[in-house]
Amino acid sequence: MVNFKINNIDISVEENTTILQAARKHHIDIPTLCNYPDLEIKSECRVCVVEINGEKKLFTSCSTIAKEGMIVNTNSPKVLNARKTILELILANHDAVCATCPKNLNCELQTLANKLGIDENRFPTVLEVKPIDNKNPALIRNINRCIKCGRCIDVCKSIQSMNVLDVMGRGQNIEITPAYGKFLTDESCTYCGQCSSVCPVGAIIEKDDTDPVWEALNNPNLHVIVQVAPAVRVSLGEELGMEPGSIVTEKVVSALKYLGFDAVYDTDFTADLTIIEEGNELIDRITNGGVLPIMTSCCPGWINYVEQKYPEILDHISSCKSPQQMFGALAKSYYAEKMKLDPKNIFVVSIMPCTAKKYEAKREEMRIDSVNPDVDVVLTTRELGKMVRQMGINFESIEGSPFDKPFGITTGAAAIFGATGGVMEAALRTVYEVVNKEELKDINFTMVRGTDGIKEAEVELGGQKVKVAVAHTLANAKILSDQVKNGTSPYVFIEIMACPGGCIGGGGQPYGTTAEIRQKRIDAIYKVDENMTIRKSHENPDIKALYDDYLEKPLGHKSHQLLHTHYHSRKK
Amino acid sequence: MISLKEVLKKYPKKEEYLIEILLEFQTSKKNHYISSEDVSTISEYLDIPESQICSVISFYTLLSMTPKGKYVVQVCHDVPCFVNDATNIYEKLVELLGVSDGETTPDSLFTLEITECLGCCNVAPAMRINNEVYTSLTPAKIETIINDLRGEVK
Repeated sequence: MVNFKINNIDISVEENTTILQAARKHHIDIPTLCNYPDLEIKSECRVCVVEINGEKKLFTSCSTIAKEGMIVNTNSPKVLNARKTILELILANHDAVCATCPKNLNCELQTLANKLGIDENRFPTVLEVKPIDNKNPALIRNINRCIKCGRCIDVCKSIQSMNVLDVMGRGQNIEITPAYGKFLTDESCTYCGQCSSVCPVGAIIEKDDTDPVWEALNNPNLHVIVQVAPAVRVSLGEELGMEPGSIVTEKVVSALKYLGFDAVYDTDFTADLTIIEEGNELIDRITNGGVLPIMTSCCPGWINYVEQKYPEILDHISSCKSPQQMFGALAKSYYAEKMKLDPKNIFVVSIMPCTAKKYEAKREEMRIDSVNPDVDVVLTTRELGKMVRQMGINFESIEGSPFDKPFGITTGAAAIFGATGGVMEAALRTVYEVVNKEELKDINFTMVRGTDGIKEAEVELGGQKVKVAVAHTLANAKILSDQVKNGTSPYVFIEIMACPGGCIGGGGQPYGTTAEIRQKRIDAIYKVDENMTIRKSHENPDIKALYDDYLEKPLGHKSHQLLHTHYHSRKK
Repeated sequence: MISLKEVLKKYPKKEEYLIEILLEFQTSKKNHYISSEDVSTISEYLDIPESQICSVISFYTLLSMTPKGKYVVQVCHDVPCFVNDATNIYEKLVELLGVSDGETTPDSLFTLEITECLGCCNVAPAMRINNEVYTSLTPAKIETIINDLRGEVK
């Protein structure tokens, strides 16, 4: 143990604890900016400086290990003055037009400026306005707001192993950009949006698509419907001020109705459908000697990754569209017929925890009439939060209501799509029973749950033991992809999600996501599953009705037309 | 000029050789820069992301991602050269070449750069052209040097 003092308070911590960690453990507040839980310590911004007795210079508390007998002062006049100066210097090179910034009231720099009492900047602005990168449908990079904290580089490099962004230049001229200052579209960016979720300011944000939604909602000629992804029901509450992990499924429906949507549907329905199609694809490939392992296709960040980095293994990717796109395709075919509507007059909005979904919806393969997108607009959890705030809805006190028919019944299997391992577990619940023709004794496949980077399980299918694997984050996806590429993969089925924790940790989820918060959302998702009456996709009566009414059979002609797709190499 | 492949062959596939590879290859190139194709090749060889290589190149003034002239003229502006009339030397170069700090002549022959100490303070003012150092400069001396280099090309 190390004994030392912070602000005259006796502190005792384990060896190798930083001053910042020790202070936080004892509820002593030291402001930080570049520091982010679960990411590397960068000591880039210097905001967390403290004074140590007997030392001439100030030390960054995030990277200084507490030593026996140290006397630390976190609030001396010297420290306060330095901190204020640092922040003023950052602000002098920042496009600080707060009221019209999308991060207004959600900006760590703004909060800090307020906390440190900066009413006026002693330094004149040195900002040289540079062009904004808004060429892709998912993310906007506004370098004029960047404060060079390096969180985005860190998450892109160490969590996603994508290395799209890095520091260019030196000294006060540094910029954080892709190589050659190019656009994200020129690089292998997967639009996973993890950079946007850790950016403390508004330098990387999702492309705001709320305007076209407002327009559609106010257009009397359009039938505007919306689908809600599994992960959104455990995060929209958090976005709107409730506790992380709050389950708000029915409140989301009411809020969307209040915004003016004609009908509110659950992406869980097409998640169930995905399980039927993908499960049958797996069974087909196992029994007919098809390409194995089969890899999931729900995650658009992963699809962008594999198309650009591992085109050699595209045969392994399930041909199933993602639940979002299955919904879009059904909305503009089956649903249009059933409701006697012209598909052109149906406007489909998705609420997703994801920024890459914006890109997916724009893909040319995702247009059943080859012209109009099946999903017209994708909004992130954060964007829906924004619309709810704009309408002045008191979300916490709103009375809940159920999803609309005909896609009304969903299962617990679909809900867990939102957490890493969920698609695998949902698929196993169905595939096991279909292949083995016996009921599962325990439907909880806990082996594939949890936040380990790569999880494995062994299941008995048709008398033989087969191995399956689950990976989340692209760094882990890389490990499993290399095995598949080299022909050494021992698995028959692999689930991959690009974001840490799966969709609940998606790039479009509420700001401030940490491992702890992800865990709360995961717990909530499994609670949603537990509380469902039906927990296996193949037992969903509405899915059965859909096949009887319209699709005929899994992997049938209609399914192939509407629910399956193909991929192509985009190697750069 | 030797090819990048030949340069790479000389070095083990280890990250720590990046700067040496960049320097050796750039020095051998007529226009003294690392192109985006070069970055891709090096990235594949050393298994370092392209963004990281660009980051390294952009950090060092010695390395460049944009083409330079055949002759890179670097004039020292540190104190000993400065007090020995380096400013007039620089001005004379601007007049002779028609470009200023960081620019390249339209015929791609010269790039003019202001640089830190070249280690020739006892014979200031000094400048370096590619690998050769010129000392105790005067405006007249510079005119001869530049004209000689121009003559060499013709």
